[in-house]
Amino acid sequence: MEPVLFILFGAIAVGGAIMVVTRKHPMASALYLILTLFAVAALFVLRQAHFLAAIQVIVYAGAIVVLFIFVIMLINVPENKLPVERVTGMRLLGVIAAGLFILETALLARRFAMPAGPAADSGSVQAVGRALFTDYLLAFEITSVLLLAAVIGAITLAKKKI
Amino acid sequence: MEPSAYLLLSGILFGIGVVGVVVRKNALIILMSVEIMLNGVNVAFIAVGSHLGDATGSVFAFMVMTVAAAEAAVGLAILIAIFRLKETVDITELSVLKW
Repeated sequence: MEPVLFILFGAIAVGGAIMVVTRKHPMASALYLILTLFAVAALFVLRQAHFLAAIQVIVYAGAIVVLFIFVIMLINVPENKLPVERVTGMRLLGVIAAGLFILETALLARRFAMPAGPAADSGSVQAVGRALFTDYLLAFEITSVLLLAAVIGAITLAKKKI
Repeated sequence: MEPSAYLLLSGILFGIGVVGVVVRKNALIILMSVEIMLNGVNVAFIAVGSHLGDATGSVFAFMVMTVAAAEAAVGLAILIAIFRLKETVDITELSVLKW
């Protein structure tokens, strides 16, 4: 069952990602981004990472994409003022470079040969919570400082007069 | 299932994100492409973490998500400030720091 679901959700994720980078209007891109994020959350469930799948849906699809859509509607660029994208040599080179990168990952991924660890419950809320609040407690606490800095930075940047 | 398939998918998502960042002119779509790249990395973390039966993969993916949230908030704030100043989201027109 897992291979079938992997191919299904992997294809949805890749197709959605391609649509995100090819749509002209950013709103269409944002909606396809939600599709990709949901498919990736489903892949997390396939790998038994239930906690991360929930966080993916809540934080990514629920908060970050809503922030994107909010900004798209707030600045509301009219259709005829959207940047015109032309195919130039440099852009084509960029696509080719990314294609080569994907090829390289494909070759490297085929050689991946790490022995499987114990079949432990590694992605549940319990396991992740224990790791977060014991081994990675300092990193977790510093994360809150990062978020505070981001909040203050966002306010100072977007405010007209402080 | 072997994690190599997940690693391949992660590479494909990252590559598509790179294409979006390199090719597009619309700053909003560039920020979304960065999110796709970070998601591709998360797929690799989760795949290898569950393969090794270690919660560290999930913890690192969690940290990546936090950084992605902070990056989106600050990036979009910068975008609003730029739009207020120059009325554009086209990054090729934003070259005041170029000499």
